[in-house]
Amino acid sequence: MKGVIEETKKSLVAALWFVFLTFPIMVMKVDTADNKIIFRWKNILYVAIAAFILSYLWRYFLERKERKGSSDEDSIIYKVLSNPKYSRPFYAAVLPFAIAFPWLFSTYQTNIMATALIYVMLGLGLNIVVGLAGLLDLGYVAFYAVGAYAYALLNYHFGLNFWEVLPIAGILAAFAGILLGFPVLRLRGDYLAIVTLGFGEIIRIVLENWDSVTFGPSGISGVPRPPLFGIKMNVNQSLIYIYYITLAFVIFTIFVVNRLQNSRLGRAWLALKEDDIACQAMGIDRVTAKLTAFALGATWAGFAGVIFAAKTTYVSPASFTFFESVVILSIVVLGGMGSIVGVILAALVMILLPEYLRAFSDYRMLIFALALVLVMVFKPEGLIPFRGGRFVYKKKESAEGGNE
Amino acid sequence: MIDWGYFTDLFVSGLTKGSIYALIALGYTMVYGIIQLINFAHGEIYMIGAFTALIFAVLLGKFGLSTGFIFLIVTVIAVIYASAYGYTVEKIAYKPLRNAPRLSPLISAIGMSLFLQNYVMLAQTPDFVPFPDLIPHIGILDKISDYIDPVGLIIIIVTFIVMIALHFFIKKTKIGKAMRATAQNKTMAMLCGVDVDKTISMTFIIGSALAAIGGVLIGSYVGQINFFIGFMAGLKAFTAAVLGGIGSIPGAALGGIILGLTESFGAGYISSDYQDVFAFILLVLILIFRPAGILGKTDTEKV
Repeated sequence: MKGVIEETKKSLVAALWFVFLTFPIMVMKVDTADNKIIFRWKNILYVAIAAFILSYLWRYFLERKERKGSSDEDSIIYKVLSNPKYSRPFYAAVLPFAIAFPWLFSTYQTNIMATALIYVMLGLGLNIVVGLAGLLDLGYVAFYAVGAYAYALLNYHFGLNFWEVLPIAGILAAFAGILLGFPVLRLRGDYLAIVTLGFGEIIRIVLENWDSVTFGPSGISGVPRPPLFGIKMNVNQSLIYIYYITLAFVIFTIFVVNRLQNSRLGRAWLALKEDDIACQAMGIDRVTAKLTAFALGATWAGFAGVIFAAKTTYVSPASFTFFESVVILSIVVLGGMGSIVGVILAALVMILLPEYLRAFSDYRMLIFALALVLVMVFKPEGLIPFRGGRFVYKKKESAEGGNE
Repeated sequence: MIDWGYFTDLFVSGLTKGSIYALIALGYTMVYGIIQLINFAHGEIYMIGAFTALIFAVLLGKFGLSTGFIFLIVTVIAVIYASAYGYTVEKIAYKPLRNAPRLSPLISAIGMSLFLQNYVMLAQTPDFVPFPDLIPHIGILDKISDYIDPVGLIIIIVTFIVMIALHFFIKKTKIGKAMRATAQNKTMAMLCGVDVDKTISMTFIIGSALAAIGGVLIGSYVGQINFFIGFMAGLKAFTAAVLGGIGSIPGAALGGIILGLTESFGAGYISSDYQDVFAFILLVLILIFRPAGILGKTDTEKV
């Protein structure tokens, strides 16, 4: 009984605190037309009630997390999927579903799904850089922009088609990745983050202002959809076609990333992520490892960019803001860095959920932001933590465990 | 032939903007120094400071008070509120993540930043709002030169005073000592009787207070604000902090001023469209040659 009173007291304090905190922004509103303040007293009540309830939940969940400790236990999904006995039938069921998708659902759904798949590609690409090699890249969207603009510009000026541009865009993006990689080779952690962020912004500002080449903020419209042996297709058909191209790419990406993880290079990345210096002492070439991570990650963004441009038939700098980088990074971190399944699921959730939350479109971003914070607080390792590449020594007497 | 008038104009406006970057950069540097976290929500604290100031300025404007008096009251209120926000953000988004993998608090910080942006956008307005000219005009300053903007000059002076105060605060007071100790080594500080949690909260409060002052000053200087101003300012301020050497307080001040001047001269002599690019190019260049920033210590890597 005493516990309940104590908890209620704490929640009351929290409610009062948030009423105080949100008072100027929530209650008073500047009316610019008359230059006066409009008071919205009702909001006090809403804030108080919300803060009261959330404070209860907050402490309950924090306590629960504390009690459980940061248990090394694998999530159920991970357990199921890492066991071939379950994973094979699972994949065998998912693949036909993905292939049949355009025929089962409307064009609108297919369109959204194609977008989600592009983000799966982007997430998996960034996962190479961040999840495997541990290089925090906040400007990933720059490579995505390189791919999209490569297609739009090469098509506009030289009339190259989708399939011709695809490899070129991949190479260009990889080149951009190396270009960024060189100066930042010596930087670690947060310095790297801020430089990559700056790089992303530089690309965006250049796209916005270099009017003579990029057509500035108005962008390039009329980017053609991908051709299929000269067959004429209507909008719906080509959308389905793009869906399949994206799906094929996603499968290809999964295959490549999966192979990479267990390759010599993949292990070098994992070592790099764990300890930069020890890794060097072991004779791993840091320069090559970092540059290939940047270049490979960027290549995928380049491919995704071309598909994006072909799908929307329009590119403009507005599609390549810092926020996009944040979304992609969030996909990687929320999914569980390094975990392929996690990244795929996170991409689908993060892209599909907002689409179906259209009813709350004003509050979408607010909910999204809140979800980011909450997932990080309560599941800091991501939804499906990556366990591969880490070889844990297990003592026979399970009672003594606990050391990492 | 150099047009000295134009040059002075650019110099003063660069210095003005630079000192505001420096004010915000101090918050980044202090937080980074103490918990090694890029507090992405810091720019939003600055924005909230500016909004709070605006709201109370409009409210007080009805009572026929003098501008100087309103400026003072509004700054105090903005400082109080921004500190409260800084404190709360730390408690919600960073404190539960002290022992989490390094990327988690960063994502949570980005989430917090987006949250605060959208919160202000929904509760107030997505549009730009005019900000009243609060900074009092001092007769003598107006007469110095045709080129020197008196408001800019006052901003530079205010920033300078705030920084000196901060310097003495950190060097001389007990809390300042606790902050330095915690930044050096958290565990040792704890063993020596420093309340680490309280010190971290204090760091956030002071950083947020400085950002709020920056917010009020920039509001008056530019004349309009909106919910998004925190993003670019925060980015620039962080760049300034990195330029100067993150974790170093004089470094943040120096970095802010260098950045402000680079932007101002870059925009004035090269191209105003690419104003934001110069900041980042400068950053990349400095980091290539001095990875720890201008005043940063290059510490040996511990294995």
